[in-house]
Amino acid sequence: MEETGNILFSGVGGQGILLASEVTVYALLEAGYDAKKSEVHGMAQRGGSVTAQLRYGKKVYSPLIEPGGADIQMAFEMMEAVRYLPYLHKGSRVIVNTQKILPPSVATGQAEYPENVLDQLTERNIEVVVVDAFDLAQGVGEVRTANVVMVGALSTFLPIDPGVFENVIQTRVPARFREVNLRAFDAGRKASE
Amino acid sequence: MATINDDLLWMSGNEAIALGAFEAGVTVASGYPGTPSTEIMENLSTYEGVYTEWAPNEKVGLEVAIGASFAGGRALATMKHVGVNVAADPLFTASYTGVCGGLVLVSADDPEMHSSQNEQDNRNYAFAAKLPMLEPSDPREAKEMVKLAFELSEDFDTPFILRITTRVSHVKGVVGKGEKRDSHAQCNINKIPGKLVMLPAVARKRRAVVEDRMAKLREFAETFPLNRIEEGDTSRGIITSGVSYLYVKEAFPDAAVLKLGMSWPLPENKIREFAETVDELIVVEELDPFLETHIKAMGIKCKGKELIPNQGELNTSIVRRALDPGYEQDLFAPVELPNRPPNMCAGCPHRGIFFNLSRMKVFVSGDIGCYTLGFLPPLSAMDSCVCMGASVSIAHGMAKALGEGGHDKVVSVIGDSTFIHSGITGLINSVYNKSAATLIILDNRITAMTGQQQNPASGYSIKGEVAPELDLEQLCRAVGVKHVYKVNPHDIVETRKVLKEAVALDEQAVVISEAPCVLLPEMKERQPVSYFTNQENCVGCMSCIRLGCPAISWTPFAEGEAEQRGYRKKQQGLSKIDEIICNDCGQCASLCKFNAITRGEEK
Repeated sequence: MEETGNILFSGVGGQGILLASEVTVYALLEAGYDAKKSEVHGMAQRGGSVTAQLRYGKKVYSPLIEPGGADIQMAFEMMEAVRYLPYLHKGSRVIVNTQKILPPSVATGQAEYPENVLDQLTERNIEVVVVDAFDLAQGVGEVRTANVVMVGALSTFLPIDPGVFENVIQTRVPARFREVNLRAFDAGRKASE
Repeated sequence: MATINDDLLWMSGNEAIALGAFEAGVTVASGYPGTPSTEIMENLSTYEGVYTEWAPNEKVGLEVAIGASFAGGRALATMKHVGVNVAADPLFTASYTGVCGGLVLVSADDPEMHSSQNEQDNRNYAFAAKLPMLEPSDPREAKEMVKLAFELSEDFDTPFILRITTRVSHVKGVVGKGEKRDSHAQCNINKIPGKLVMLPAVARKRRAVVEDRMAKLREFAETFPLNRIEEGDTSRGIITSGVSYLYVKEAFPDAAVLKLGMSWPLPENKIREFAETVDELIVVEELDPFLETHIKAMGIKCKGKELIPNQGELNTSIVRRALDPGYEQDLFAPVELPNRPPNMCAGCPHRGIFFNLSRMKVFVSGDIGCYTLGFLPPLSAMDSCVCMGASVSIAHGMAKALGEGGHDKVVSVIGDSTFIHSGITGLINSVYNKSAATLIILDNRITAMTGQQQNPASGYSIKGEVAPELDLEQLCRAVGVKHVYKVNPHDIVETRKVLKEAVALDEQAVVISEAPCVLLPEMKERQPVSYFTNQENCVGCMSCIRLGCPAISWTPFAEGEAEQRGYRKKQQGLSKIDEIICNDCGQCASLCKFNAITRGEEK
């Protein structure tokens, strides 16, 4: 079992980030890892930037990822991929959903949504994995599975057999959403391979 | 919560405390919602055989728990750190009465103020109220310690405080399952006035009992297994507690550590013994120099806050840098991006009130809840916010200071739950002492900020059972308010008229803004008809944009585009409603004078 791994989940409230991080945790736990996850609740949740920090390994103490310590960032919104740069390091991998959600200052014409925002990552030798999670989720028949598409993409970079993830979806997702989530997971895997 | 296997669960610190209390056989639990404590009571309410409730405030919650303890049951009170201020009155005297059934108060502190107005360190309450305190580092320990706290509470005849922080409450980890046991105390009436009636003659006797008890607890702390020395490199010994312990273990895995599971009273001999084995003694703790101050008072030399920050949360990196000043790390600097602050939801009824207030020349004395977001641009319509319930009394004080003619320059704004929490007494004062600063009660039928908890005005109990519904209008009239108005805040124009009339009165007026929170389950289940923009009618006046609604966005015109598309040459752009986000409140339509916003069904 390798050393501690650190995954930063980021996005906007309502994108299913907490659920995606839970599915990932269950797979890590089933694969025999220890894990801790830190979430933020309360005022920060009201439409603002949302993060969850997940750490796994043989034995995990701190629930918080150190600055420069994130191995993988899951960005559920394009601009949010760049907001947490101090948590990344050269060689970190950022899995980005290409969806754009306009923050209030942009929506009201006070600011502009930055162009080519992902260049900020590649310029710093951060590996970017682009996933059109929204379109892929639409393709499998349920836009709300975009978060599971993202988990599918993430799974190709974790030392866990995909069967473990599929088993998690089989056992943890309500029966009527199981099939569509399995398809979403598969679509995400293919997109990042 | 999720099951990993037969023995292990994956759960948050708050879920773990609920499970621990259940396994400990808690009989009665009461509290008031407050981040980061809320999920403890929410989870406990799902277990069978435990009486749980939302109290109107933390003082009531703790008193209910004290009562249950006096009747012999194991009792729990939960609240956020500032809630303990409200409950401090019964807390300090429950320290004298002691308990019958085990009594545990959970104080959930919020270093870094993720969702709070201050970051007070409630370990100071243990010292001030002469009460023992346990402090877990993670969910597994939180469950273990809450069970232990009930037992020790009975063994030492004292309330116990379990102090947690955001990074224990809202951290998930692996927790072991345990045995459920019945509370060994039998619930019954037991008259023991010499213990329970705190008038001076009795209290003076109990005062001595408190000292005796704390002396016994100090002795107990010396051998308490959760105050443990972890052997290691003795060139630097670290004393730590709570979540800080985890950062120490990450940053300095080889250091000798004294982990204090009980942060009050302290095991003086054990600390001295540890100090003697190490070359340099450092105390690593979040917020106040609590351990440090008391360790220094023992005459033991140590370093603490000259190295470790006394503001905000700690983390591994802060601890490492503080103790190893030579440690350097090349980090990416953040890049500038448009901020994504929290915002009121699309369709939020509060927006209508704050939009109007932003256009009235009044000082807005605000309060604690989602509506505190009325402070943010573009509404920027809150001018003060101190603590739960303070809006009403602060407005009264300002009006009195301003003197004659001051009554129409100040209004107060408070939510339904916060009004019931501690705004009612302020209103009684305003009426009694002849104030005229208008009070606006934002009645959205729920305690929204903390995630939709029921309250005495919502008509349901914590378990979702139908409950008597407090009539806010009748309540205001009963305390003597002669002018009570009700408005629909989504009708901006009509609301403005009422607000102006109420503010102009030279007697106390109350405006009750009635519209449900859009996050209520029944509101989420309905199929909202969305509004849409008739862009051919839009003149780009930005009236709707100024609401700051997440569903409305502005598309600026490129040069010459206005004329080209048949708009006035000077028009700067167009407003557009995102019909997926729109929640059918109609505030924007009530502002549009150009028939450019229409409700979907009228399409």
